[in-house]
This record gives sequence, structure tokens and C-alpha cells, in this order.
Amino acid sequence: MEPDLWSLYRQMLRSRRFEEFVKDLWEKGKISGEMHLGIGEEAIAAGVVDHLQEGDAMALDHRGTPPLVARGVDLVVLLREFLGSEDGLCCGMGGHMHLFSPEHLAASSGIVGSSGPVAAGFALAAQCLRPENLAVAFFGEGAMNQGMLVETLNLAVAWKLPMLFVCKDNQWAITTLSHSVTGGNLIDRAKAFGMPAMEIDGTDVEAVWNAAGQGADRARNGNGPTFLLAHCPRLEGHFLMIGQIRTDQDRDPLDRIQRRLGTEKTRLEEIQKEVDQEIQKAVEIALSSP
Amino acid sequence: MRTMSFADAIEDALSDAMASDSRIVILGEDVHALRMNLFARFGEQRVRSAPISEAAFVGAAVGAAMAGLRPVVEVMLVDFIGVAMDALLNHAAKIEAFSGGKWKVPLVVRTACGGGYGDSGQHEQTLWGWLAHIPGLTVVAPSTPADAGGMMLSAIEHEGPVIYLEHKLLASYWLYYMGSGGRTTVGFDVPLEGVSGPVPDSWTPVPLGKAATRREGEDITLVSVAVGVHRCMEAAAVLEEKGISAGVLDLRTVSPLDREVLCGAISRSGRLLVVDEDYRDFGLSGELAAVVLEAGITVRYGRVCTEGTIPYSRELEDQVLPNTRRIVDAALKLMER
Ligand SMILES: Cc1ncc(C[n+]2csc(CCOP(=O)(O)OP(=O)(O)O)c2C)c(N)n1
Ligand SMILES: [Mg+2]
Repeated sequence: MEPDLWSLYRQMLRSRRFEEFVKDLWEKGKISGEMHLGIGEEAIAAGVVDHLQEGDAMALDHRGTPPLVARGVDLVVLLREFLGSEDGLCCGMGGHMHLFSPEHLAASSGIVGSSGPVAAGFALAAQCLRPENLAVAFFGEGAMNQGMLVETLNLAVAWKLPMLFVCKDNQWAITTLSHSVTGGNLIDRAKAFGMPAMEIDGTDVEAVWNAAGQGADRARNGNGPTFLLAHCPRLEGHFLMIGQIRTDQDRDPLDRIQRRLGTEKTRLEEIQKEVDQEIQKAVEIALSSP
Repeated sequence: MRTMSFADAIEDALSDAMASDSRIVILGEDVHALRMNLFARFGEQRVRSAPISEAAFVGAAVGAAMAGLRPVVEVMLVDFIGVAMDALLNHAAKIEAFSGGKWKVPLVVRTACGGGYGDSGQHEQTLWGWLAHIPGLTVVAPSTPADAGGMMLSAIEHEGPVIYLEHKLLASYWLYYMGSGGRTTVGFDVPLEGVSGPVPDSWTPVPLGKAATRREGEDITLVSVAVGVHRCMEAAAVLEEKGISAGVLDLRTVSPLDREVLCGAISRSGRLLVVDEDYRDFGLSGELAAVVLEAGITVRYGRVCTEGTIPYSRELEDQVLPNTRRIVDAALKLMER
């Protein structure tokens, strides 16, 4: 199977443009509290979510926006949640760290590591009720030191749960370089629990798509969980902060796929135009009073 | 007297204590950055950054305290303490009792708490009543810079486990990280007297378990901790304009409660209004009623608390957290009856 790079590109760009507006609205004070963007993680989100089918579930961390955008959550409703509107995805109760979409079986949390157990529960329900379905847990490399997530690696193997563990390794946990507080390497750690573990460049959407596809097949065939370690940049820092120094700009996943598809310039520009229009319109509607 | 911010007061007292007692160590996520000055002064052996493993490093802090260190272990936000709860509930809190008083756990759990900046219900809880429910844990929540420094010192010197709650509307660096992010486009209802104020020239411990009368008043007593104390002061000023004399009692320590000062104040005013940013049901506010009733005091009672999960939207959040308007309304109602 080959990925449809054009549609993956579209999903990545939708997320990027959406979050660029989110950043702007946050700076303008229209979004409160912290704001963790998934800018830099779009290839991981798009490459994994492309494999999801009706009835599959996702547990998300504090950077849940890109997977939800790729999964097809209504952008107006999503943005209205960030704006604290009663017409938001969670009626203004959750904000960007607590996004819940029951129809997509998608749940997020600001408690680091908690996507593991929740996804395991989604997978258990799938195993019992919808054997063709699976569950994905998205989390950072910092979360890999959280007991509840490490316990879940074992649980998933012991119960042969239809799961994909997707570790988005941006090397950092707030101000801590994760390797400075981590023993061993994460691939060996996952393998030690008896599941296949694949290391991929998380800025390469094709590599993510291929690895996630293998994991998803395994899960759907009843062969249990798979672990993906996807390296990615943290392009907007841990969270938004005025005057923040930005690093890693040369590892932008959007640049990468644009280079890859660059030979078909008109098609690329067409998609860009369509996505710009789509997002612009969603933002306008979200900002206009309902 | 010096003037100091709430945040600097904690750090200054901690720094003094660490300089005079090499058993004091700081453990927690990102402490090399969050406590940069202490890290620079005392080095990475004593200011030790941890992985995101609260169950392990809070548990380790309990063991370290049992074996001779005096750890100040940081749980970034009290909301995350759930992950480390076994270490506190079944170990830190019980070891002194289990050992027949022979083994003590001189531990400080330092953690930021509180809302009012739109970060929603997994990042804005206070949980002091929930924690105080556990016998064996001392729980403090200072409201002024002087208390913030003095109570950090007493927490460190205490021979048992102390949960030290640092409200994010008082400790301005927290509000900067979590609330404004450097933006000038957002505003918060920050109680200025709590953010910066006079502190003693040299730190002395502020005794644990002792409440402070912040304002004398004859008709009604408003009782609170942390940011709620400042909301009560504002409300008392409004009530004064309406001819009502309201006293304000700052508990400072949630557990052990200063029953004597509480009961004294209520027996004089006959009216108790509890202002508690923690959840209403089964918590501090009900406990205060029980203590006063047990003492045989006839009282008119009311409470203004957080009644459910704290919403993300600033507008909804304002309605849920105790604010001056709600306090004044509740006080007026108590005066009617
Ligand atoms: C249990 C818990 N501990 C600490 C935090 C504070 N915190 C929020 S994000 C974060 C870093 C997470 O690092 P990682 O999992 O690598 O994700 P990244 O932010 O790098 O995407 C921390 C420590 C939290 N939200 N929950
Ligand atoms: Mg990370």
C-alpha cells in the first residue's frame, strides 16, 4: 500500500494553518491560559490518523489539536472551544488540553502519561465489542517516564490489546532534556515488554504512514500492540510565550513534504489555496457570534 | 522590614534554610529552571531535576526524609498530585503513627495551586481540604509574602510531612507562565497585597496551625485561606459601606485547624461565612461548621466555595470560583436571617 501524499499534505497543512490562527488569537488574548501547539507534529498526526477507521479511538495529550483536525473534528466547533464559547466542542468547559469528541472516540488530557491507560481502555472495549477496531495513544517522550504509561505498555502486551503507542519525541519536556533524566533508550524499553517497536523520522509523513500502517494491521489482526518512536521538532516551544526563542526551524515537516511534492507546483498551490480558504472561513465563522 | 514578592519570599527563606542545613534538598521536574537561583547557588546535587515520574520521586522523597534528608519535593501543580497520592496517603502520612512515633518524615511537598486565569479543571484546583482529610499530613496555604517565607521555614523545620500550597495568583512567576505567557492582552483579578508586601529582615518560622485575624469585625466572621482571604478583605470593605462590620480570619494552616481562634471569633460574631476555593462538599467549609457546632456555639452559617469542576472559559470560571460579589451576597443573606 502506498500513502496518498497529497491528502496527507492537505491534513498537515490544515492543522498548521489552524494552529497559526490559534497562536494569533492567543496572542490577542482571545484564548486563555496555556497554549501547547502541535506545530512540528503534523506529519505524525496525519500519518497515524490516516489509518483510522470508523470506531477507532484516540487518547491525546496536551497537544491534541493536530490529531483532532486530521480526524475531521469540526474546526469551527474546535476553535470555539479554545475561545471559551458555549458552542465549543466541550461547551467552553475543557479548553485545548481537555478536548472530548465522543463521536470520534477521542479524548485528551493535560495529565502527562494518562493517554496510555485511557487508550488501553478504548482498546479493551474494541477487543470486546468491535474486534476490527483499535486505539491510539499519543504522548511525548517525557511521558515515557510516567509510571501509568509504562504500566500500560505491559498491560497492552499482557492483554494483547489492539493498540498503537505513538511517542512523539521532541527531546524536551518543558525545560528538561529528556535523555538527561531517562535510563536506556525508548525503543529497547518498548521491546523489553515484548512488542514491536519502530523508530522513525516524525517529520517524514511517508515513514510515519508506513510504520503506523504496519502497527494498525497488527492490531486489527489481533496480534496486539505496536510502539512507534517518532522524532519531531518543537517549533513553538513548550507552550506559547511572548518573545520565545524558536529553534529547530530547519526540521519543519511541512517544508519537507512541500519539497517532496514541489515538482507539481500548481497542484501544491491549489491545495494551499483551498486549505487557506477553508481555515480562514472556519475562523471567521467561529469568531462571529453564533 | 523589607518588601518582597510572595514568590521571592519563599525562595529567600528556602535559600537561607538551605545555606544553614545541608540536609535540605529540592527534588522535582524542571527545578534547574524553576529554581534557577537555588540551582546556581547549591548545585545539581541539592537541586535535582526529576523525570516526569511523580509516583517515584515523591515516594523517594518520603524514603529520603526517613533516612536523614529534609527534602522539599515539588509537584508542579497540585492537580498532578494524584499521580503521587500513594506516597502521601499510605506512606508519608502514616509512618509516624505506624512506628509508634519512632520514625518521622520531615518532608515538604511544595506545589502550586488555584485558579483565576482560564486554564481549566486539571490545572486550577486547590485540593487543600481533600489533602487535609488525611490524618498525618499538615497542609498550609499562605496568603501574604511574610507568611509565605515564614511558613516555608516552619514547614522545613517541622518533623512531619507538610503540603505547602503556593497559589498561582499570588506567586507571579506561575501566573506569568500559566496565565499571561508575557501577554499584555489578558488580565487577572490579582490581590496585590498578597503578591508583594512587607517581610521581616530575617526569617523566623511562622507557627503552623495558627490562624491570623486580618480584620476585626463584630457582625460576621469571614474565614478563608490563600487568595480567598483577599477576596474576603474586599468583601468586608464593601460590607462596611452597608453598615456591616465583618471580620476576616486567615486560617493559614488548613490542617491542623486553629480551632481556638476560630471558635473565639465565631462565638463573638455569631455568624460564620466560609470562603473556600476548594470544593464545597465534604471539605474545609463543612469541617469548620462541624468544629464550631462541636464547641457548642450557636451560629448562623454560610459558605462560598467552588461547587464543581472548574470551567476553562474565563466567564464560566468567574462564576464558579469564589469572588467578592458572591461573598458579599452570601454575607448579606446571613445578616438577614
Ligand atoms: C502528571 C503531570 N506532571 C507534570 C505535568 C506538567 N507538564 C506538562 S507538559 C510536560 C512535559 C511533557 O513532556 P512530553 O511528554 O515530552 O511532551 P511535550 O510537551 O514535549 O510534547 C510537563 C512536565 C503534567 N501536566 N502532568
Ligand atoms: Mg517532549
